[in-house]
Amino acid sequence: MSQQPVNSLVDYLEASAARFPGCPAVVGPDERELSYSELNSGADRVAAFLASRGVQPGDRVGLLLPKSVEAVTAVWGIMKARAAYVPIDWKSPAARARSILTDCDTRAVFADFSVLETAAGCEPARDTVIVLNAPAGAELPANAVRWEDAAGPSAHATATAPPSAAGRNRAELAYILYTSGSTGVPKGVMLSHANALSFVDWCSDEFQPHENDRFSNHAPFHFDLSVLDLYVPAKHGASVHLIDDETGKSPKHLAAFAERRKITIWYSTPSILHLLASLGNLRQGDYSSLRIVLFAGEVFPVKHLRELKNIWSWPVYYNLYGPTETNVCTFARIPDEIPEDRTEPYPIGWTCSHCRPIVLDAGQKPVAAGEEGMLYIAGESVFQGYWNRPEQQAAAFLTIEGERWYCTGDVVVEDPACGYIYVGRRDRMVKRRGFRIELDEIECGLYRHPRVREAAVVASTVGGEVKIAAYLSADGEPPGVLEMKMFCAKNLPSYMNPDMFVFLDALPRTSTNKVDYRGLAQRLEPAAAARTV
Amino acid sequence: MDVSEMKNTVREFILAEFLPGESSANLKDDTPLRTSGVLDSMATLKLVSFVEDKFGIEVEAHEAGVENFDRISDIAALIASKKGA
Repeated sequence: MSQQPVNSLVDYLEASAARFPGCPAVVGPDERELSYSELNSGADRVAAFLASRGVQPGDRVGLLLPKSVEAVTAVWGIMKARAAYVPIDWKSPAARARSILTDCDTRAVFADFSVLETAAGCEPARDTVIVLNAPAGAELPANAVRWEDAAGPSAHATATAPPSAAGRNRAELAYILYTSGSTGVPKGVMLSHANALSFVDWCSDEFQPHENDRFSNHAPFHFDLSVLDLYVPAKHGASVHLIDDETGKSPKHLAAFAERRKITIWYSTPSILHLLASLGNLRQGDYSSLRIVLFAGEVFPVKHLRELKNIWSWPVYYNLYGPTETNVCTFARIPDEIPEDRTEPYPIGWTCSHCRPIVLDAGQKPVAAGEEGMLYIAGESVFQGYWNRPEQQAAAFLTIEGERWYCTGDVVVEDPACGYIYVGRRDRMVKRRGFRIELDEIECGLYRHPRVREAAVVASTVGGEVKIAAYLSADGEPPGVLEMKMFCAKNLPSYMNPDMFVFLDALPRTSTNKVDYRGLAQRLEPAAAARTV
Repeated sequence: MDVSEMKNTVREFILAEFLPGESSANLKDDTPLRTSGVLDSMATLKLVSFVEDKFGIEVEAHEAGVENFDRISDIAALIASKKGA
């Protein structure tokens, strides 16, 4: 590794391009491959094009792309332009995608042709849109340009040079990840190069990757698991293998992918690993390349973890924990043997070396080991703040002797033998398939339906799966379940669409006239349990 | 089992699993399921597993797309063709 100070993730890419120019850097879902040298020069063209369109250091650039080598090239090119990339689920409802682009005031957007209207239709329409997969002859709006013309190998060199490496600064934003917001509007978590680098460097120490490693990339780029997938291999000259949406949710395809690509380091949510173990026919393939399995984003029910370990017995397994605001901040190595009678999930473990923890009670006093408290994290990986949300940002931090501690919102107990044990949350955030969901955001979505008078959303874990129920009252005739499901599909990401819609004459209230969420949750548990029998 | 029984078996599963509380009359043979967002990819996976187990057929990954799993009538047609009915 270079002895120069590292000021940006881009420094790692450039070092690998110099050291391993012909080695594969990224392999797309369609098997197309870019070497380190190709990826680096493609990213240079993206950066030069963005600079020619007026993108300045510190600007934001949106990303509405399917998994592809171009998407990875765009990410690196945006960072080379010293702008921050803003990845958005390209299949999310158009209104949600636009609200994010507008919120963070993007200067340019990379978009798949199928969602061009979403990207180009922002008001004011001053963003440059770089369009991927535009059919030959398709007419594009005036502010749009084809990927090939902007960044393809034959793109014309522009007169504007991208920012030089000399100006790179660890404090600059690398990306903004939008997560579910309790006000009904997603909020942007701002992460700097320093934040990402501290995590990448910790991964290097802990997992000892080398240039022959082949990393899977299951997570979409708007999900923080992708940070490990994209940047740890780049630091070590290893390759990352992109999994597209359809393969990602098809256990048989996914299993075939892991075998064909000879993945050595797998990283995904437990939900996906469970799908692989239960429906992927894993006993029939050759997965002997696999050496590390990482999981994060939600609790892995021990029964499911044991099922997987019984098939893939040789890799080392790690439970990684951390909110988007810190990325991974605690980790636990799973023992080789899981006792047959163990039912409780494995702990989230001890803090990573680049983070520091404290656990405080409601009065913000430290608690002793064995007592429940809220986990706070400090250190170089802690995010910069929420874009344009000063109040939420202020509420997220506790300042102790001049240092900012991020309140994770997660309640934990310290067990001196094995680290922190995750207990739950005291607010209305849940995780489903690894995605963070503010139940209030679903409620806001439901209120957009013209006949919904009241909406209360509760969640419950049944059989290791999070079930979400919407309790509603209507003005006039209540809409049917089918209608509500379709309505939510148009207004919310699919992982937020409730499992159940129940119309009541009026929502139950507590003595202080608040919605009785506890009562509704109790109603949900037996109902949801009955459905999964 | 004839095609109409197949449709009803699939309909009952979808109602119980993904649309609890909806009446079977509202879930028609041609109601779009995938393209309307009623079934996301995870739900489709459960449906495919159910169809495989219930009807003793194998659905290849490339057959589990929108063309065969968007409407109950399409699903029943796929089952019928697999069973040679």
